[in-house]
Amino acid sequence: MVAPIRPDHELHQRRRSRNMGLGAVLLAFAILIFGLTVVKVSRQTADGQPPGMTAPVSP
Amino acid sequence: MIATVKATMTDARSLDDGAMGEHDAGFGDFVQLLKPRVMSLVVFTALVGLLAAPMSLHPLESFAAILFIALGGGASGALNMWYDADIDRIMRRTQSRPIPAGRITGGEAAGLGLGLGLISCLMLGLATNFAAAGLLAFTIFFYVVIYTMWLKRWTPQNIVIGGAAGAFPPVIGWMAATGTIAWPPVLMFALIFLWTPPHFWALALFMKDDYSRAGVPMLTVTHGRRVTRRHILAYTLILAPVALALGLTSVGGPVYLAVAVVLNALFILGGLRLWRRDEEVAVADNYVAERRFFRFSLLYLFGHFAAILAETVLHGMGWAAW
Repeated sequence: MVAPIRPDHELHQRRRSRNMGLGAVLLAFAILIFGLTVVKVSRQTADGQPPGMTAPVSP
Repeated sequence: MIATVKATMTDARSLDDGAMGEHDAGFGDFVQLLKPRVMSLVVFTALVGLLAAPMSLHPLESFAAILFIALGGGASGALNMWYDADIDRIMRRTQSRPIPAGRITGGEAAGLGLGLGLISCLMLGLATNFAAAGLLAFTIFFYVVIYTMWLKRWTPQNIVIGGAAGAFPPVIGWMAATGTIAWPPVLMFALIFLWTPPHFWALALFMKDDYSRAGVPMLTVTHGRRVTRRHILAYTLILAPVALALGLTSVGGPVYLAVAVVLNALFILGGLRLWRRDEEVAVADNYVAERRFFRFSLLYLFGHFAAILAETVLHGMGWAAW
């Protein structure tokens, strides 16, 4: 038997808006962190040193 | 079978309870918890502080810095709404906020505020530097603990001292770019700090019943309206030299000074007008001058920071006056 199509209850609409909003915020946060990482790493490599490495000590 | 019917009935009942708006907020309610209008002022002043600084960040770092300063401001707003929910229920201006309206619980607001506060400070530190992050953490502490929990319900000077919290964003913006402090951000701080009392006292003059019903000791409630009008005028007079002094620093110039002269002259005239008015006249015209002064105070602050921004652009084009 096919269930009748019912419009969403307002409660579900609010929950959906909350879930979609939170999802969008988390996605944007992940993209921002990725972008910041790229900026920081490329600046360090532009300085002539690979990220996480200190300047070589001369013998 | 009976169990299934009972379960269905319980579901239907809980659905109806939810439909009444009790503790089932939409995304917009959580955004409202962050006081977006206050946040817009935080964003704008922090952006000006950051852009006017002599050192520049990568655009993405600048964006992240402003975002996390704004989120820190939002965290303060959420914690303020959590703590002040009892008086927000009483004041007409704040009754529709998410907690008094029953859409969000106090615990949810406190959790959001604490979580956002921690994330914003940590991320600002990682994106720029930890001096700026430390100042952001102090600002959140100052607004929530010193202003909201302590001063607001205790002294009529609540707005005067608490105004410092709103004055920190341009300093945080400057520190995010440079890692240090200098005279221009100190004067930007002083400008917002001295602007806050006349701005809120003008609001208190025409929202007269709200603060007294909630038992918040605003100057209008504890010392009366005549004293409040005198204080507003005094602050407009003290504010003018600070605003002009900012124009003589490295972020100022002729454009800023011209804007500051006009805005301060109008602000002092507005303060004089409020000082001359008595309560009978104000009630008779439904506080027209007080409302106008309040609206103009917003333009006053926006105008000064927009002028600093204009000077920054001109300096960038090589037209630095000094």
